[in-house]
Parts: sequence; structure tokens; C-alpha cells
Amino acid sequence: MTRGPHLPERAPLPRRQRRANGALGLLAWLCGIAFFLPVAWMVLTSLHSESDAAANPPSLAAPLTLHGYREFFGAGGAGVSPWPPLVNSLTASVVSTLLVLVLAVPAAYALSIRPVRKWSDVLFFFLSTKMLPLVAGLLPVYLVAQNTRMLDSIWLLVVLYTAMNLPIAVWMMRSFLAEVPVEILEAASIDGAGLPTTLTRIVAPVAMPGIAATALISFIFSWNELLFARVLTGTVAGTAPVFLTGLVTSQGLFLAKVCAAATVISLPVLIAGFAAQDKLVQGLSLGAVK
Amino acid sequence: MAWARRAPLLPALVFLIAVTQLPFVATVVISFTRWNALAPDHRGFAALDNYRAVFTDPALRASVGTTVLLTATVVLVSLGLGLALALLLDRRFRGRGVVRTLLITPFLVVPVASALLWKHALYNASYGLLNGSLTWLWRLFGSDHPPQPDWMTNSPLMAVELSLIWQWTPFMMLILLAGLQSRPADAVEAARMDGASPFDVFRYLTLPHLRRYLELAALLGTVYIVQNFDAVFTITSGGLGTANLPYTIYQTFYQAHDYGRASAQGVVVVLCSLLVATFALRTVSSLLREEITR
Repeated sequence: MTRGPHLPERAPLPRRQRRANGALGLLAWLCGIAFFLPVAWMVLTSLHSESDAAANPPSLAAPLTLHGYREFFGAGGAGVSPWPPLVNSLTASVVSTLLVLVLAVPAAYALSIRPVRKWSDVLFFFLSTKMLPLVAGLLPVYLVAQNTRMLDSIWLLVVLYTAMNLPIAVWMMRSFLAEVPVEILEAASIDGAGLPTTLTRIVAPVAMPGIAATALISFIFSWNELLFARVLTGTVAGTAPVFLTGLVTSQGLFLAKVCAAATVISLPVLIAGFAAQDKLVQGLSLGAVK
Repeated sequence: MAWARRAPLLPALVFLIAVTQLPFVATVVISFTRWNALAPDHRGFAALDNYRAVFTDPALRASVGTTVLLTATVVLVSLGLGLALALLLDRRFRGRGVVRTLLITPFLVVPVASALLWKHALYNASYGLLNGSLTWLWRLFGSDHPPQPDWMTNSPLMAVELSLIWQWTPFMMLILLAGLQSRPADAVEAARMDGASPFDVFRYLTLPHLRRYLELAALLGTVYIVQNFDAVFTITSGGLGTANLPYTIYQTFYQAHDYGRASAQGVVVVLCSLLVATFALRTVSSLLREEITR
């Protein structure tokens, strides 16, 4: 862009604008801190002793301790080990994410690179299933699970989470694959490249970031899910969110311990989310916003 | 040839139909039966009894109102806040990346954890941060009698809404920020050179460009917030007029064990959602059409 220094109407702007920019930047910082404050408070509370955590007014200068975390992980003696629920959550999230990818990537291929007829109708069908409240299909699933002795099994959750995340995954993957330039595909086929070569050499490199983003979204939604897990699991297959709700009702309230638990359970999503902020935006807006 | 093209699509399609559509068909069938698990001998065909019960049940009608109010409030407020924050972040300033990360954090906290955080660490009347800060402030001015409102009892729905607004504003901001950054810079530059004020630029350039993104954010937010279960379940357990539809169905099914009525409620919710979904899909399809013609 060529912008000469001889533009009179731009000359008086900088200082005033700089001051306004500074004020707005400060405002942005204040908003950021305000939104972050509850999370910071959660982490700080998790590092206090139970009596300091429940102090009123709050004691900012109270000594830090890992007591809440030790209690949460069961080293404190009382309470149930959080490891089985954490392992359950990890299993359900990871396995269902893998299944989602196995099902969604070929489907997205069929909807974008060599599209079937009426592909947009198919795409809308996928998306429309996402618009229906989950709760409407819960009862039949419960009854089937009851009769097939699948209640309280983590594999039932794996199947449901796969179905829950598949529509979004197909949608996202399609928009990522649609970015593969048609000219390159044509050139490859003229050069005599077969389907496997085209897929591994041309499509895969372009699709990889998209696959990563899709996997991330699918993992987060599975990790966060509460309703299905609460209704369909019990003592054996309970996931981390279910465990978290039980932590309060069964033993009364230990604020530091609950905050420690909330922090630990949120940690995988927080780390993944911070690492892939841009991908997250693209994914959550269903790939429609670029 | 056509089959070879369709083959990669089929596993996903068959799986999705089997796991989401078949249960819904079963829900429709069950909604016409009299079936309470606590009274197994009374099972039978109920015709429209369950639906009659659904529409005459004051608790359910109340929960429809609650759902609409909760969803509308959370979506509109977080959309407005999200727009303001996106505009703030759409300019260069020191530490912009850090501020964005701070702002995204609420969206990344596991929903149940965030609901517990608000309920116990912030709202709690005797040791929550809100009342704790009031105590601290009052002491600062030498008073030993700070107001200590019971937030969740005084305004239960607002307590739920506030925690959801906190959680969803970052989502709105992210989508709108993506929209702002795809705004053609040269048009804005040209308008400025022609003497347009910042407000004019916002009103006549930014806002029209953002319309699609605003619609998309609102619709996606609606789809997720209508279905919200975690916050209502955790913060108020549906008490004091905060039971929304998903929570009410959960109760009918899981606590009252009235399978027939829960199914009828589910069908009604689906029909209502279809109304919203039609609008949502139309918006998304217009985005898609734009992409194809590009």
C-alpha cells in the first residue's frame, strides 16, 4: 500500500489517537483481568487450607498449601480415588475422538474433494442432528442399555460421544478439505497420480491442521459432557464431571478440595485450548468463519 | 462409480442415523404409551394423554418460559459484551495476545467446574468471594455490618445467567473477532480518508460486514444454551423457578420415572427446537452459498 507522508488530514491524528488507543488498551486489559478473575480465584482457593479458603473476608495473604490437591487425589485418607473417573473420562474422550476421525474424514472427503450428488443436503442432514436436544433421545438409549446390560459401561458413552461430535467433525473437516485447490488435484491426476498418492501427498498435508482442530473440539466436548454420563453411568464408569458433582453432595463441602478438583479436571482442556486458540475459533464456528 | 463416491460417506451416515434418529423414533412411540417405571403393571396405550399432561402441566409451562428467558438473556448479553470485547481487541496494544488468552479462559473451564466455582467460591453467602469482597470493602470504611446478600436465593435465575454469560461471552468474542479481522482493510482506510468518523465506519462498514458473524454466533450460542443442563443442575438444582426444559425432562425421567410423559416432553422440545434450527440452518446455508460462489 502506498501512502505518502503528504496527507494533511492524517497529520493531527496520531497523538490524540495514541492517547485514545492507550486508554482502550487499558480498558481491554481490565476486561481481560475481570473475566480471568474467577479462574484465578479458583486456583488460589485450591492452594489454601480449608479454613483459609472459607474465610470472610478472603485472606489473600494466607500461606499456600497443596493440601486440597492431596485430599483430592486421596492421599488425605478419606474419600474416593479420582483416578478411575479420570481414566474413564480419558478413555471415553480419546476413543470417541479417534472413532469420530475414522468416520468423519472419509465422509468429509466424499462431501468436498470428490463430492457426491446433493452433497450440501447431506451436509445439512449431519448438521441438523446437532440442533436437536440430546435429552430427547436419552430415554430409549437408557432402556436399550438397561436391557443389554450396557448401563454403567464406558463403551456406551464412547458410542454416544462419537455420535454427538460426528456432525460438527464432518462439517469442520469438509471446510478444511474444501481448501485443497482443485487445480492441484487436476494437475496431479493429469500427471498420473493414483488416489493413494493424491491422498498422502496432496490432501493429507493440507488437511492435517484441520484434523488436529477437529480432534481437539471432539475431545473437549466429550471431556465436558455431563448429562449422558450422569444418567447412564454409576459407580464403575462414572466420568470426571460426574465425580466432580458427587464431590459436593456426598461429603459436604470442602471448598479448597472442590477447587483443586475443578482445577485438575479443567486442566487438560485449558492446556489444549491455550495451545490451539485459533483452531478453536475456526472449529467452533463450524468452519464457516475463516 | 457413484457407489465408489458414496462409499466413504456411508459409515458416518449409517452410524449417525442408528445412534441419533432411531432413539428419537423410539421416543415418539413411547410418548404415546402410559409407562411409569414405578407402576409397571399399568403399561399401555395412552393416546394423547401424555401430551395433554405436558400442555396442562404448569411446571412444564413455567420451564418453557424459563428456557426462553434464560436463553435469550444469556445470548443477547454475551453477544453484546462479546462485540464490545472484540472491538477492543481488534486494535493493536501492548499485550494483546495475553489479554485474548485471559478472555478465552472462562470458555475453557469444564462447565460443571465453572458452575461449582460460581456456586461455592463466588456466590456462597458466608464465604463466597462476592460477599467476602463486600466485607472487606465495608471494613475498609470501618463498618462491621456489611450487606451479605444470599445471591442464589434472592435472584436464582440471575445467578445461573451470570455464570453462563461469563462462560459464553468469550465464545461470542472469538467468532466476532474472526469476523472483524476478515474485514477488508482497504475499504476502512478509504472511508477514513474520505473523512468518515469512527462511528460512521462502525455503523456503515463494520456492522454490515459483521451481520453474518453476529447471526452465526447468536444461533450457535442458542443451540448450546437451550440445551444447557450443567449450570441449572449444579447451581440451583432447578429450584426457585430456574428449571429449564432439559432439566425438567431429566427430572420427569430420572426422578419421577414417568417414561411416557418424559418422552412427550422430549418430542415437544424437539418440535420447538426445529423452529430455531430452521432459522439456524438457513443462516448457515447462506454462508455456505457464499463460500461456493467465491
